[in-house]
Amino acid sequence: MTFVNKHINRRSFLKVSALAGGGMVLSFSWLAGCKPTTKEELLAMPKEWFELNSYIKIGENGTVTLYSANPEFGSNVITSMPMILAEELDVDWKKVMVEQADFFPERFERQFTGGSQGIRQGWTPLRTAGATARQLLVLAAAQTWQVPAEEITTEAGTIIHKASNKKAGYGEMASLASTLEVPEEIKLKEIKDFKIIGNSKKNVEGQKIVTGKPLFAIDHKVEGMLYAAIVHPPGFGMKLKAFDGASVQSMPGIKDVFSIKVFNDDYERNVFDTATFDEMVAIVGNSTWEVLNAKKALKVDWEKAPESSFTATGFGGNKSKIVVPSGMENSVDHKAKMAEYSQKPGNILRKDGDPEAAFKKAAKIIERTYSAPFLAHNTMEPLNCFAHVTADQAIIYGPTQAPEFIVGTLSNRLGLPKEKIKVNLARMGGGFGRRAYSHQMVEAALISQKANAPIKMIYTREDDMTSGVYRPTYTATYRAALDENNNMTAFHVKAGGIPETPIAPNRFPAGAIDNYLAEGWEINSNITIGAFRAPRSNFIASAEQSFLDELAEEMGKDPIAFRLELLDRAKTNPVGEKNDYDPARYAGVLELVREKSKWDSPEPNLHRGVSAYFCHNSYVAEVLDIEIQNNKPVVKNVIAAVDCGIVVNPDAAANMGEGAIVDGIGNAFFGELPFKDGIPEKTNFDKYRMIRQVEAPKSIEVHFVKNDIDPTGLGEPLFPPVFAALANSLYKATGRRYYDQPFAPQLEMQNLTM
Amino acid sequence: MATINLNVNGKKQTVDVDPNTPVLWVLREHLNLTGTKYGCGIAQCGACTIHLGGIAVRSCQLPVSSVENQEITTIEGLSENGEHPVQQAWLEHDVPQCGYCQAGQIMTAVALLKNNPTPSDAEIETGMNGNICRCGTYLRIKAAVKTASKSL
Repeated sequence: MTFVNKHINRRSFLKVSALAGGGMVLSFSWLAGCKPTTKEELLAMPKEWFELNSYIKIGENGTVTLYSANPEFGSNVITSMPMILAEELDVDWKKVMVEQADFFPERFERQFTGGSQGIRQGWTPLRTAGATARQLLVLAAAQTWQVPAEEITTEAGTIIHKASNKKAGYGEMASLASTLEVPEEIKLKEIKDFKIIGNSKKNVEGQKIVTGKPLFAIDHKVEGMLYAAIVHPPGFGMKLKAFDGASVQSMPGIKDVFSIKVFNDDYERNVFDTATFDEMVAIVGNSTWEVLNAKKALKVDWEKAPESSFTATGFGGNKSKIVVPSGMENSVDHKAKMAEYSQKPGNILRKDGDPEAAFKKAAKIIERTYSAPFLAHNTMEPLNCFAHVTADQAIIYGPTQAPEFIVGTLSNRLGLPKEKIKVNLARMGGGFGRRAYSHQMVEAALISQKANAPIKMIYTREDDMTSGVYRPTYTATYRAALDENNNMTAFHVKAGGIPETPIAPNRFPAGAIDNYLAEGWEINSNITIGAFRAPRSNFIASAEQSFLDELAEEMGKDPIAFRLELLDRAKTNPVGEKNDYDPARYAGVLELVREKSKWDSPEPNLHRGVSAYFCHNSYVAEVLDIEIQNNKPVVKNVIAAVDCGIVVNPDAAANMGEGAIVDGIGNAFFGELPFKDGIPEKTNFDKYRMIRQVEAPKSIEVHFVKNDIDPTGLGEPLFPPVFAALANSLYKATGRRYYDQPFAPQLEMQNLTM
Repeated sequence: MATINLNVNGKKQTVDVDPNTPVLWVLREHLNLTGTKYGCGIAQCGACTIHLGGIAVRSCQLPVSSVENQEITTIEGLSENGEHPVQQAWLEHDVPQCGYCQAGQIMTAVALLKNNPTPSDAEIETGMNGNICRCGTYLRIKAAVKTASKSL
C-alpha cells in the first residue's frame, strides 16, 4: 500500500471548494466558436459543479471534468495527464470530460511543457489529486450512511458499501465532499490495480482536430479584432534604423504602422527571454492579407548592430552578463572557426585516469570528427499571438510552452501587475522547444496596447524561419586509444559549438573506460539559439553513437555486444562516481532491441545500423534498416526499444516515438539552415527541405520495457539516437561513413537519388 | 475591393474583399472557417488544402476572384460531426499529434481516394507527399488512408 503525505508537492491543488451554477465551465471554455462535442452533448451538463480540487470538478449528476494544466503541443498530455487523475479518482474514462486549464500559477504546480518532464513531474501530484478527491467522496458517503469509511469501496464513479448494500454515484456525494477537510494521508492505488493507466485512450481532442474546430491561437477571433504583421531585420547583426510608415499608411485596410521594442533596457531577462530581434516594425490593419501587402511595400532601412549586452538570470538564480557580438556571420566562417577550436585545448569537463599517457602508449589511435548545422524548428503553426491590452489589464492567448517565464516579462514591459495579466493556453501547432521562448506574446501585447484594440499578430513562414531561436551548430572530435591486442585503453571527446558545447560529460561512455577525457569549447555569436527537441543530446548522441559503431568495427566486435561490454564494465566496476545513467537499464534497451529486431538473423537485402542513448531520464535503443531501391536509400524499418518506466497511454506513446524517429531521419537527411552575411539562406519550405511521406520509414515499431518504475520523459528521448542509427546503416549500404549532417547532399554526390 | 460570390460547403455567400486575396484568408477571416490552415503561403506544405469542384487545391495562393461560384469544400464541410470515413479512419488510428496539418492531410486524402479508391502503399505515399507533417505522423496517415479506402 502506498501512502503519500498530502504535503508532497502540495500547494493549493488540494483546496476544496463548492462552485455554484456551472460558472467555471463557461470561464474555461472561452473559445467562443466552439460547439459542444458529441461527447459533451451525450453527457448531460450538470446543474451544479463541485470542485474537489484544482484538477477535478464533479457535477451533481455525476459528470466529471478533469483539467489538463500543462500546455499541449502535440505530446498528448491533454489525454495522458487526465488519465492519471481518472485512474486514482476511479471513474469511467468514457464519462470524463477534459478541458485545457488556463495559466493559473496559484492553482497548478508546473504549467510548462518541455524537457520531457510533464508526466515525470506530474505523476505523483496528479495521482495524489485524484486519490484525494476519491477519498473525500468516500468520506462524504461514510458520513451520510453512518458507516466506517474503511468499509467503502469505489468502482468507476460509484461509491459502494457492500455490508449495507448502499450505492451512490459520485455526483450524489460531491456536494458534501466539497465541504470536507482534506485528509492528511492519501492512499494511492497499487500499480497492479491500474485500469486506465497502461490502456490506450484516444486523444481527447481528436474529434475537434479532424473536424477543423478552432483549437489554435491562430484561429482565435473576437469582435473588433485587428490583424498585425511584423517586419524584422533581414539578418543577424542588423537592427532597425528608420522606416517610412507613410509609404504604406494609405494602403487599403491599414490602420497604423509603428515600431515596438520587446524588452525594457534595464530588464533582467530570464532563461527563456530570448527574442531574436528586440526592435521591429508592426503593421496593424483590418485583415491579414492587407497587412501582409503593406509589409511587402514598407520602406525600411537597416543598419549594423553594434555589440550589446544584457543581464540574464539563470535557472539557479545566478545573474550573468550576456554579450551579443556585432558582425554579420557566415556558415563558411563558422566551419573554419569550429575546425580551429577543435585543434585547441578545450575546457576540461571530466577526466578519469591518465588519458594523455594512455594515448601516448597506444598502438593505434582512431580519431573522427562530426558536425551538424543550425536547424530551424519550423513548427507548422507559425509564431502568432492574440492580445487585448487595456489600461488596467491584459488578455494574452497564444501558443506557449512556458507561460510562467513570460508573464513577468509582460508585466515589466506593459507596466501592469502580474495579477492583471491573463495568459490563456492555446493548443500549439507544434513546439519542439521553440515556444519555450514566448517573445511573440510581448510583441502582440505591445501592438494591442499601442493600437488600443484587440489584435492577432501573425508571423509569415518567412518571419518564422528567419527569426528563429535555432538549434546551434556543433562539432565533436572523438579519439580512442587501442593497445596491441585491440583493447580500448583511453577515450577522448572534445566538442563545442556556436555558441555552446553539446557535451554531457558524465553520460555514457564515461564510467566505462579507465582513462577518459571530455573537453568542451564555445564560440560566441549573435545568432539566437535555444532548446530544440533534446537540446545538445540531439547532436552529441549522433556523433558518439556513430563513433562507437566505427570503433566496434575497428575492434572486430558486434556493435551491440561492444556497447553491452562497456555497460557491463560501468555496472560492475564503474569508473568515477558522477555517472549519470543506470547501466542496467541502458543495457536492457539494447537487449530488447536486439531481440525485437532479430539482430542476430538479419534479412539479406537490408543494411542495418544500431544506436542507443540516454537522455531526459529515459533509455532508448534503435535499429534502422535501409534498402537501396532504384538507386535510392529507403528506410524500411526502425525498431525502437524504450525504457521510460510505466507507460501511461501506450498507443499515444508509440505515436510520439514514431514522430521522433521520423523527425530525426528528416533532420539527419535534410535539416540545415545556412547563413550568409547574417542572413538565413532558407526562408520557406521550397528551400528548407522537410521530411515528407515518401521518405518516412515504411515501418516503425516502438517496444517498451515493462517495469513498475515511475514514468519518465518520452517526447525527446527517441529523437537523438536515430541520427546515428541512420548513419550506421547508410555505412552498411554504401560503404561510406557520414560525419557531417545533413547526409542527403553527400549521398547525392555518390549518385544516389534523394 | 470587390463583391465576390462564393459557394462554400454548399452555402452561397458574398464577401467584399480585395479580389487578389487568397481564398485561405477569405475562409479564415471573412467566413470564420479556420479549419483550413496557413502554413507556408507558397503552396509547399499543404496545410491550406481545400476542394475546388472536388479536386484538392492549395488555397493560400488562389485568388478569391478566380473561384467565384465554384464549389468549395473545406474541412468543416466534409461532414457534420466528423462522420466522413476518412475522418473516422483518422480517429481510429489516433493520427494527430499537434493536429495543425491534419485538416489539410484529410482533405488531400479524401480527394486522393475519390480518384483512386484502392490506392497501393506507393500511391498513397506519392498522393500524400505534398502535405508536410512536422510531427512525423506519416505512418499513421498512411494507415488511416488504407483503412478509409476499405470503408468508402
